[in-house]
Amino acid sequence: MKFDYAPAPESRSIVSIKPKYGHFIGGKFVAGRKHFPTINPATEEVLSQIALAGVAEVDAAVKAARKAYTTTWSKMSGRERGKYLFRIARIMQERSREFAVLETLDNGKPIRESRDVDVPLAAAHFFYHAGWADKLEFAGLGTSTKPHGVAGQIIPWNFPLLMLAWKVAPALAAGNTVVLKPAENTSLTALLFAEVCQQAELPAGVVNIVTGNGSTGALIVNHPGIDKIAFTGSTEVGKIIARAVAPTQKSVTLELGGKAANIIFEDAAIDEAIEGIVNGVFFNQGHVCCAGSRLILQESVADEVIEKLKRRMSMIRVGDPMDKNTDLGAINSKEQLLKIRELSATGDDEGAQRWSAPCDLPKKGFWFAPTIFTGVTQSHRIAREEIFGPVLSVLTFRTPQEGIDKANNTPFGLSAGVWSEKGSRILWASQQLRAGVIWSNTFNKFDPTSPFGGYKESGWGREGGRHGLSAYLKGVGHE
Amino acid sequence: MSFYGLVDGSDSSLKKYLGGLSGVDQVGADARASMLATRSIKTTSKRWAIDTAISMVDLTTLEGADTPGKVQALCTKAVRPDPTDSTVPSVGAVCVYNDMVGIARKHLDLIGGSHVGVAAVSTAFPSGRASMPVKIQDTQDALDAGASEIDMVIDRGAFLSGDYITVFNEIVQIRELCGERAHLKVIFETGELVTYDNVRKASFLAMAAGADFIKTSTGKVAPAATAPVVLVMLEAVRDFYSMTQTRIGVKPAGGIRNTKDAIKQLVLVNETAGPEWLTPSLFRIGASALLNDLLMQRMKMDDGYYASPAYVTID
Repeated sequence: MKFDYAPAPESRSIVSIKPKYGHFIGGKFVAGRKHFPTINPATEEVLSQIALAGVAEVDAAVKAARKAYTTTWSKMSGRERGKYLFRIARIMQERSREFAVLETLDNGKPIRESRDVDVPLAAAHFFYHAGWADKLEFAGLGTSTKPHGVAGQIIPWNFPLLMLAWKVAPALAAGNTVVLKPAENTSLTALLFAEVCQQAELPAGVVNIVTGNGSTGALIVNHPGIDKIAFTGSTEVGKIIARAVAPTQKSVTLELGGKAANIIFEDAAIDEAIEGIVNGVFFNQGHVCCAGSRLILQESVADEVIEKLKRRMSMIRVGDPMDKNTDLGAINSKEQLLKIRELSATGDDEGAQRWSAPCDLPKKGFWFAPTIFTGVTQSHRIAREEIFGPVLSVLTFRTPQEGIDKANNTPFGLSAGVWSEKGSRILWASQQLRAGVIWSNTFNKFDPTSPFGGYKESGWGREGGRHGLSAYLKGVGHE
Repeated sequence: MSFYGLVDGSDSSLKKYLGGLSGVDQVGADARASMLATRSIKTTSKRWAIDTAISMVDLTTLEGADTPGKVQALCTKAVRPDPTDSTVPSVGAVCVYNDMVGIARKHLDLIGGSHVGVAAVSTAFPSGRASMPVKIQDTQDALDAGASEIDMVIDRGAFLSGDYITVFNEIVQIRELCGERAHLKVIFETGELVTYDNVRKASFLAMAAGADFIKTSTGKVAPAATAPVVLVMLEAVRDFYSMTQTRIGVKPAGGIRNTKDAIKQLVLVNETAGPEWLTPSLFRIGASALLNDLLMQRMKMDDGYYASPAYVTID
């Protein structure tokens, strides 16, 4: 018998999207000059027109942030700053459905994920950092820590609101003011967050949000009035930023790409490992810098795991992101879809075997079926380059050391997964792996208390936990 | 007995077979079960699920106070759960103690319910603490009285002390006794086995020994049919099918009291063992209170409002 789930769409009536948005500078929405469209990647419907910030807008935002820093925020006690953060966190919770629906419309991720992961975690980051605001001298980072001043923050399109929270919450807790630029494809939840700042009566200029593309990002990075740059995005852009700030006094943290190894040892709990593989690479359509995009399988269980994985992948529900039962939503942009297709094609060309889960993809919008490549070796491009989509490369190993060596044989080092029911093996593997985050018997678990960041070309610095806090304080950490 | 060629009936072969099973990670299994619980089943699919769930109910009364009158009333309800609506399917079976089997069978046949099975709980249910001859006689009585399904309990004491061969041999003997006459359901009492590793092990043990169904609980111990436990058992029957091409059924029992819980169970089946298991011959739900909630929800879908409980019968 067939159990078809009838459509269960979340209502979009809770959000009201304006036809056109400006920037949020000095506590007010100011009209933009030039605009560009932002679309729903699941339908290609134009949602709104987003303003493109140029020199004048970025300059105004930095000046507003400086003024707020000098006159208000740096003079305020930590306890008072904390109250604002708590207030923001609570409002985000109260308006969580609004944030979730808007995020899904603008980004293409399933409502189940924006509802159950992105928004609750974003609120959790504000709650966590609110608690630090009046306890900075007890964070083990020294007793006379000082904020940097004005932080310029540039965030990606994969977790628009969550990345905003990762950036804004610690910056404000530590006493900085911010100029934030959301990704050009996904500005809407940041603009809703600006409303929350108003609702929380956050002093004007403490948070400034300018929208735009890479050119706007470059203006922020190169602005002399900014003391600290925090960027999450591609390694390619991260390198440009690193070069740009090298001759300046700016402090910088970078969260960049990854090609994480998810290592399955033969003594793993196989069914849960399958779930971990699926969650590792198909969560958020694989648009995750720490995605477990390389499956490194012990040969003795390889056939069993691949068979079970294919079966499980056939169950993945691909389609309307607003449907509460959707597991895999739309690819965020046409550009990204083309990149996924191009890199996958190199997998075919280089002799790996492609298998995609059978599923009906919608006609409109940007879609890519969950896909695995077997027979992948270290020399394949799909084993080395970040695809940033729902594509998994499967490699095998014979001995534990060989598995570790393959896992580490990458210019990246953001995350890794270790699956084994043997505690000593997990501890040993974790010590060998060169990655900033290592999950054992789970994957893609995030918590504001836990530092997140990369080795090698995956980035500089950490976000979250005490380590993340240190990035927003002078004279500590990596500076 | 061939035991699907998986074991030869010796202690050493059984240990080897069970030792080769992969473990179950508790955190991961819990997470998967709670993710599947978020599935939103609406409109047409909800209607389908309600009727399917009704047809899978093993309508149960297992009380010291059971009387022929009570059992006959239960049988009437089993055949026509809603006397005002003939489109409501009959339940899968009634489940009673073995002294009530004859009464149930006779009454079902009398009222046009010969398609509804009679399941007898057996082997010194619920504790299983009796000698093997007593367990055999218990089962024989139920078979003689016309039981078409035997719900036996395993010896949890033997299982927990690592004496798997005793558990195995008991199932094999009861299986032989049932022969072609009755389906065998093997109850683990997962609330006493506690760990998911044990649940997986018990599942493979029982399937190799000849169980037609594996069943979570007696209903007398809590926790009973929790979602992750059912998930682990559904994974076991799925894997057993890959190994042997034989489909074994699953019966959660205990703690499934409302429509939401029942639909969650069907989602677990659909996305774990697969849609092939969505039939009363491979999935049953042991319950008593559940049926009325399914009927209330069914009426609500038809009428658009919740009726008073006075409109469903209390039998």
